Amino acid sequence: MSASPWKRRRFLSAGVSSAAATFSGCRRNQNPWRFFTLEEAFLVEQICQQLIPADQDAGGREAGVVNYIDRQLAGFHSRQQNLYRRGLVRVDEIARAMFQDRFTSLASERQVAVLEEAETKETAFFNAILAHAMQGFYGDPRHGGNRDYASWRMLGVPPRPVRGRQQYDLTRGRG
Amino acid sequence: MALERVNAVVVGSGAGGGIVAKELAQAGLRVVLLERGSWVTAYDCRKDDLRNQRTTVLGNAFGPDDERHPRVVVDESGRERTLRASEPGYHNNAGCVGGGTASYGAMAWRFMEKDFRMRSTYGAVPGSTLEDWPLSYADLEPYYEKAEWEIGVSGDDAGNVFRAPRRRPLPMPPLPPNRECQVLRPAALRLGLHPFDIPMLRNSVPYNGRPACMRCRWCVGFACEVDAKCGTQNTVIPAALKTGNCELRCDCVAGQVLLDERGRAAGVAYFDARGRYREQPADLVVVSCAAIESARLLLNSRSRLFPKGLGNRHDWVGRNLQGHTYPRAAGLFDFELYDDQGPGAGIAVCDYNHGNPGLAGGGMLANEFIRLPYQFVAQVPRSAGRWGRGHKEFMRKWYRRSMSVMGPVQEMPMFDSRVEVDPVVKDHWGIPVARLSGGKHPHTLEVARYMAGKAEAWLKEAGAIHTWTVVPGPGLSGGQHQAGTCRMGGDPRTSVVNRYCQVHDVDNVFVIDGSVHVTNGGFNPVLTIMALAYYASAHLVKTWKGTRMRS
Ligand SMILES: Cc1cc2nc3c(=O)[nH]c(=O)nc-3n(C[C@H](O)[C@H](O)[C@H](O)COP(=O)(O)OP(=O)(O)OC[C@H]3O[C@@H](n4cnc5c(N)ncnc54)[C@H](O)[C@@H]3O)c2cc1C
Ligand code: SF4
Repeated sequence: MSASPWKRRRFLSAGVSSAAATFSGCRRNQNPWRFFTLEEAFLVEQICQQLIPADQDAGGREAGVVNYIDRQLAGFHSRQQNLYRRGLVRVDEIARAMFQDRFTSLASERQVAVLEEAETKETAFFNAILAHAMQGFYGDPRHGGNRDYASWRMLGVPPRPVRGRQQYDLTRGRG
Repeated sequence: MALERVNAVVVGSGAGGGIVAKELAQAGLRVVLLERGSWVTAYDCRKDDLRNQRTTVLGNAFGPDDERHPRVVVDESGRERTLRASEPGYHNNAGCVGGGTASYGAMAWRFMEKDFRMRSTYGAVPGSTLEDWPLSYADLEPYYEKAEWEIGVSGDDAGNVFRAPRRRPLPMPPLPPNRECQVLRPAALRLGLHPFDIPMLRNSVPYNGRPACMRCRWCVGFACEVDAKCGTQNTVIPAALKTGNCELRCDCVAGQVLLDERGRAAGVAYFDARGRYREQPADLVVVSCAAIESARLLLNSRSRLFPKGLGNRHDWVGRNLQGHTYPRAAGLFDFELYDDQGPGAGIAVCDYNHGNPGLAGGGMLANEFIRLPYQFVAQVPRSAGRWGRGHKEFMRKWYRRSMSVMGPVQEMPMFDSRVEVDPVVKDHWGIPVARLSGGKHPHTLEVARYMAGKAEAWLKEAGAIHTWTVVPGPGLSGGQHQAGTCRMGGDPRTSVVNRYCQVHDVDNVFVIDGSVHVTNGGFNPVLTIMALAYYASAHLVKTWKGTRMRS
């Protein structure tokens, strides 16, 4: 593999700070999200952190997956807004039924148990958020997820080269 | 205001239509080339992992758009859904100048001799409309060559002892092998197979005034930012325009072939880029919209003489929709394979295209194009979990240490796998949309299971420490390799066009694209579509008499 000069760059777009920080640190009425309420964003972030947990590499939260999902629900995936609104309520209902508390207050193993339940009981919503979480984590950073190329770095895939027009390396073929 | 009459309207500027437009324009005919999509160039190339022509979770990068082009699809259980163009199951190819060739993977296969004689080779297959083509490999050979040299193909099939005879070698050498190819080649040889470098419509050296491939990882599903991939949009279409005889009209959606009182085509009705209804009078009409939309256009062209649609007197238009069934084997290795050298696919064998015991046909096997990280997500085996720690571990551990071998199984055509026009749903312009239904023949799946086993054996020989196979389900085929819906044949009662792609009942309407394939080979279809387009154009030009066809 060619040596890849990873550049850590700060992303300047709105809403890339973690939803948790936003939730606790901001005053009310300062919701930075396009679609989610602050509570919803926090819940989505917690779910995504279980779908793609942090370990030695970034997880769904660090990679800004909630930002990706929020953007798409206000854009390309806007038809799924209701699915999310209802699905998130259902996840909390399952959490209360199983452990008498809201999802975001549960310990990690319990959150996993709730999601396993949601996977079979709320299939449509679960499949949607799972697909979107994977897109936001492994997809192109331009859509608001995969912050700092977190997943590509984990996989050892070079970042997208930044090229000006006509600034191409044409030496890799036979020419 | 009426539009000025021209000699020919070609509908669709893809693989077939682009070539026909150029051949007719160079022969001196005045041509209007209608294309529902836009002109995309290398500069529009966005290399977006989530929005391209392969992964469309954020839409089709190369058309058609989601808002204006719905389709109705009926699944195996009879459930009927109206789909947007980027949704799975829509069976899209593309909608832009160049059609599929603007963003394809660019494998450039010649079919084999037996692929044109499937019925004589294997006999009737119950439940399938398996038939021979009314032309042979030898008829097409000069035109395969023309496609290879005019559009531009690199590769080296000398090692393919099964290939049909060719007079001229390919114009460009293959790209150097990537690591997967380096590992797969000796393994194939040890198995007694005959590996070779896949012919590709891609510049490996500067050719036709465009540079060589720079081996990025976003190839299949993307436009090429250095224009090294060869499609009709950067070869024959510019050549057609250069003659001064061809006018390309983008963002124009054809709705109907217009017929006169005697049942001959009089032109094409379409909606222009501003949504205005237009009628373009012409001496002849060429339909090149790809298999699904070509059938739809004919079925929507009803008249007193053709109440069931143009060319559809015997109910064959839209029938035999087919594509390819792709079995796949994946393998995990204890060494690195990923080297970020696009396009990825590079090595193939044709040992299993024919002669498989007890089976009709088969297909080539090749390594896969580069799997982008998001594409690999869906390839994680269920045993690793769909999410959570296990899934992430698997991604991290194996992304660079895995590969897949796969191949297009030649399908057994099915009369009931078909395109109709929906009685209710209409598109943005009020034109009835395509309605798809049907499925795969059981024998196709049997061949696919067999091929998956062969792919797996190849990976094992290459040193895979763990392998598994994936065989598609019984649902309808079509999609990017869609073909078959306007079958060519000698008998007007069991086919739609003759061997020159001319509609049996209407001598000034031609269908020139994947629609006319009787069977679709065990190969990606585009070079055959291109060869057919050259072949049919040559005949058309020969019989052209100023303003009409010589009968
Ligand atoms: C991502 C991808 C990868 C592929 N890889 C390969 C490969 O490696 N090898 C291979 O052989 N094949 C490959 N293919 C398939 C190949 O592109 C097709 O087989 C080929 O383009 C089909 O040619 P066609 O002329 O039948 O139709 P198309 O190329 O699809 O052209 C049809 C054109 O007609 C236009 N059209 C349709 N309806 C209308 C209308 N009503 N009015 C005006 N215009 C209309 C469409 O917009 C389109 O541009 C790939 C395709 C894709 C999308
Ligand atoms: S792999 Fe080569 S041909 Fe394909 S898009 Fe990249 S540079 Fe172009």
